[in-house]
Amino acid sequence: MARLRWHRLWAMARKEAIQLRRDRRSLILAFLLPVLLLVLFGYAITWDVRDIRTAVLNQDHSASARELLDAFRASGYFSLLRQLSRPEQIAPLLDGASVQLVLVIPPDFSTNLNSGRPAELQAIVDGSDANTATIILGYTRAIVQTYSLRVQGMGQPVVVPVRAEGRVWYNEELSSRNMIVPGLVAVIMMIIAAMLTSLTIAREWERGTMEQLAATPVSRLEVVLGKLLPYVAIGLIDVVLTSLLGVFLFGVPFRGSALLFMGLSALFLTGALGLGIVISALGRSQLLATQIAMIVTFLPGFVLSGFMYSISVMPKPLQLVTFLVPARYFLVVTRGIFLKGVGAEVLYVQGLLMIAFAVLGLLFAVRAFRKELD
Amino acid sequence: MLPASLARIREVVRKEFLQLFRDPRLWRVMFLAPVLQLIIFGYALSTDLHDTATVLVDLDNSQASRALVDAFTASGYFRIVGRSNRPADLVNALDHGDARVGIEIPPDFSVHLRDGSGAVVQIVFDGTDSNTATVAQSYAERIVQNFAQQIVGGARLAVELRERAWFNPNLVSRDYNVPAVAGAIVFLMCLLLTSLAVVREREIGTLEQLMVSPLSAYELIAGKTIPFALVGLIDVLLVTGAAVFWFRVPFEGSFALLMLASLLYVLSGLGLGLLVSTSSKTQQEAFLTTFLIFMPTILLSGLMFPVNSMPKVFQWLTYLNPMRHYLEIVRGIFLKGAGLNALWYQFAALLVLGVGLLGFAAGRFRKRTD
Repeated sequence: MARLRWHRLWAMARKEAIQLRRDRRSLILAFLLPVLLLVLFGYAITWDVRDIRTAVLNQDHSASARELLDAFRASGYFSLLRQLSRPEQIAPLLDGASVQLVLVIPPDFSTNLNSGRPAELQAIVDGSDANTATIILGYTRAIVQTYSLRVQGMGQPVVVPVRAEGRVWYNEELSSRNMIVPGLVAVIMMIIAAMLTSLTIAREWERGTMEQLAATPVSRLEVVLGKLLPYVAIGLIDVVLTSLLGVFLFGVPFRGSALLFMGLSALFLTGALGLGIVISALGRSQLLATQIAMIVTFLPGFVLSGFMYSISVMPKPLQLVTFLVPARYFLVVTRGIFLKGVGAEVLYVQGLLMIAFAVLGLLFAVRAFRKELD
Repeated sequence: MLPASLARIREVVRKEFLQLFRDPRLWRVMFLAPVLQLIIFGYALSTDLHDTATVLVDLDNSQASRALVDAFTASGYFRIVGRSNRPADLVNALDHGDARVGIEIPPDFSVHLRDGSGAVVQIVFDGTDSNTATVAQSYAERIVQNFAQQIVGGARLAVELRERAWFNPNLVSRDYNVPAVAGAIVFLMCLLLTSLAVVREREIGTLEQLMVSPLSAYELIAGKTIPFALVGLIDVLLVTGAAVFWFRVPFEGSFALLMLASLLYVLSGLGLGLLVSTSSKTQQEAFLTTFLIFMPTILLSGLMFPVNSMPKVFQWLTYLNPMRHYLEIVRGIFLKGAGLNALWYQFAALLVLGVGLLGFAAGRFRKRTD
């Protein structure tokens, strides 16, 4: 069934390339879209928690209370929006989500502090966004701790018995952009790749040119590979463009080997494009093919690739599902090469997985792609 | 004239229903896919941290250091996946991605602890996933602090922090994410259903047949919207049911209010899809446009990235995004039990966007057919 002759494969690839060249709009989209998306989202999305909208109910108008609030202000993470005068004001503010955090300083705050009894600060956080709430509470805790040590230190030197010295590797300033940009390159390329190819075969079916292809001696494998080749070339150019943007526009470090990166990119693209061909061969009509392509690539690309949600905390069966998402492998590669600067000795695992994915995908594509017109 | 107009709309609705339900594969896409997606994504969309792979280099290996390590593992946030007495192994584990966190306890740990000169434990975080690193850092610091407190005994910090998290006291991220991803799935369905609805008839040529009928542009759009709106609302019911009964997300608010918001939201999604469909020449063009619209809709909705962390310009843009308003409504209704007095503004925005997009689609359609 699957014979492979180089000259026929080459002819098929040339036909596809000519067709692509004539289809100006698709071509422009194929190059412009990834760049546009990366620029847009590289600027727009971030996970850094800044400017936490905070309201304060200060029932103890003392110097120490003001000092504590100054510490919050000086940290740069909180924007103290409102001074409240009554506790009843708290609920409507949190209900309407106009503030994220309410700090309550009770009337006996400074009295307790001055007499050596533990003073109390209440922090009420809007917990609905659990992730943001966790980070907000972390910042709050750190500020309160620093303040306490300073107050206690007034009389005698305070030695903390154990101190954690935290260091962050690969992304020292913990900027979410460094995490998002290499991730976006992987996710965008997966979606674009599947989209590009999912249209090409469905289109041949609808236009009836598939019959002409069937009348030629070209084998199924040659059709699939021939259709793939021009798109791999486009995809590689896209990867280079987006990576350059990431480095020069967004200042994301590129610490690894560019050559290794290109090689692994080619593997990834073959798999992702193969996925698109499987979808289009299954869908037959453009309507169904596009619907399947959107459903299979879009949200899974973002959610199941490890782009934002760690795969390791997902339930085991779902972790297995993530192996069907090609961006999952490539994401490890982009982050590894951009941020960690690791080489083949680490990334060979992902390389092998991507080869397996590409081969299985192509086999499946060839099978699903019935050349016979039944 | 009104009864006649209603009768014509009814006939278009009948025709659309017949077309929709003839293809059993489309059935599966319409009703099975949303529920399946919700269940899969519901499990995936968790930012809760637990069992973070941690590599331990304990060079002190004393009772004190073991007690500290126990404090880490007992918290449930960290799980020791590797132990070694060579710091190089720590570097290796993080490079390979085998561990996300490395703890190094220096050889003089217990000595410094005993003589009161202050011991230091080094903790390294893999920053490639900045969110996990930030959260892990804050947990690790808290664990070390508590450990220090225990050693000091009675002495407490001058200021005690009393934390309370409203609406979600256990800080479960799934409760926040599941209702929102349900909203995103419904919007995707609306776009997929309608974006090809008109352009397909144009490509097949049946649009001309519709045009020689006495149907007006508004009647045609109304007739095309009603069946899809029904499908959209059924999808809302399905995914809401899955969120409440499968994922046990608390539902504090009013069901009627949720359905009202969903109706407005579905209408705005359908309006957007029809707008794409009426202004595209080919199905391919419509598909690419849908793709171009859906991506920013998702990313600028607050589903995955909080809106108020975005630059100001993008925050303004999000006001045009129906999904942003709907997500605020569903999260408010599910978790806070919020009512119209807290959410009227989002409802008004959805109403304006829904009516505006549908009206615009009908208007454009009339212009093109003349």
